[in-house]
Amino acid sequence: MKKNFFGFLFLLFFVVIIPGKSDAYSSDPKEFISNIVDEAKKILVESNTKEFKTKKLSEMALKVVDIKGIGFYSLGGYRKDLSDAQLKEYMVLFEKYFLKSFTSRLSDYSDPKIDVLQADVINPKYTMVKSLLQGTDKKPEVKIDWRVYTKNPESPLIRDLIIEGLSLAKTQKEEFASVIENNNGDITKLFITLKEFVDK
Amino acid sequence: MIKKIFYITILAFFLQTSPIIAGSTGSENLKGSKRTSGAAGECFEGTSRAVFNFNLALDKAIFKPVAKGYRAIPLPIRKSTGNFVGNLRSLLTLSNNVLQGDFSGAGNTLGRFAINSTAGILGVFDPATRLGLAKRGKEDFGQTLGVWGTETGCYFVLPVLGPTTVRDAFGKVGNVFLDPVYQVTHNTEVDGGIGNESYSEHNYFIYRGAGSVDFRANNIESIDSLEKNSIDFYASVKSLYLQDRIKKISNSNSPIETKSDNDWEEIED
Repeated sequence: MKKNFFGFLFLLFFVVIIPGKSDAYSSDPKEFISNIVDEAKKILVESNTKEFKTKKLSEMALKVVDIKGIGFYSLGGYRKDLSDAQLKEYMVLFEKYFLKSFTSRLSDYSDPKIDVLQADVINPKYTMVKSLLQGTDKKPEVKIDWRVYTKNPESPLIRDLIIEGLSLAKTQKEEFASVIENNNGDITKLFITLKEFVDK
Repeated sequence: MIKKIFYITILAFFLQTSPIIAGSTGSENLKGSKRTSGAAGECFEGTSRAVFNFNLALDKAIFKPVAKGYRAIPLPIRKSTGNFVGNLRSLLTLSNNVLQGDFSGAGNTLGRFAINSTAGILGVFDPATRLGLAKRGKEDFGQTLGVWGTETGCYFVLPVLGPTTVRDAFGKVGNVFLDPVYQVTHNTEVDGGIGNESYSEHNYFIYRGAGSVDFRANNIESIDSLEKNSIDFYASVKSLYLQDRIKKISNSNSPIETKSDNDWEEIED
């Protein structure tokens, strides 16, 4: 019985605890991005179903992306006009919107080959990690820079992807501002638009 | 030629002083905009959105299918076509390198053109890169105006040609005068009795069209993905266009130089 109990603990260690370690990302920004790229590659192999890819990419994004920070950034100055309840509603919607958009963009790639090249520390809060998505017959190579938020050095988070010098976070911020401004500053129209995107 | 340089100088002077080139139309202020990213204002957004939709329809009906067909051609042929067009295009870059006072860039462009046009068989191959003359960014007259300090002006969308700003629209006109390929094709066609003084640009448009098809073919998936994942595709394209122009005018490939951290500071409080 005792032997069986230790056998069970041994099994538990390998089945639950060891695989759990693969979720531990490095605190070094360059290594951190390499970990993410490696994990994404495993998820994006062609044999995986779209549902599986979406689920796993979402789980990964929740751990490595500063979704709350990007959500605030995307809202710009309008954030200060929101009540606490509205802000809460926005963050719930934004997370759904972000995960759908993030997984949809990445799911288009199968077996992407990304070389993580170097990390440049901008200041104590940000490090920019440079990488290169290798070209294929159909697509040219693409430079991707990752803005890594390092305010908590033990737990870095991604805040932006800069593709060939073009910031996705900034583009999203401009998009949100456009939706609000074209509805005479009515921020609830942004909520409706986000909801429509999530539901479609 | 002297007459053309004179026209360009007058155009540049006009742009430096004209009120229509002011940074924004003021429409953002009227709307009480809370944008903090410094986006250019709209010249006439309603019309631009209509033209944008027209361009999208045109793209779906003509340009995208042509780009897909082009992509069916074997990669070496596509790459050679891209190299050939890019080599000719570098002459416009050379003119603008000189106008921007970037003589190091001009030397690089000229060296690459000389090597690729000879050893690279009319630009079909790119031996210059292997010889250490790496490809640098393309330059156009809109960028030159930016380097000279001309403000962006408001943003609008042109039929077929796509997104632009007041400065870049003037830049497009300047490009025609400055592009040696235009001068050669235009004069050759006039001398050869093809077309006449007012319309003799067939070969120039074929050359520009080939460059556009090559670009579109390289970006089929990325444009599809952008459209699918945008909540306001028009605004996304505008943002990307303006960011790209800032990057090109600054001649920098480093986002650290072109992207300010200030934008992110507002979320810290």
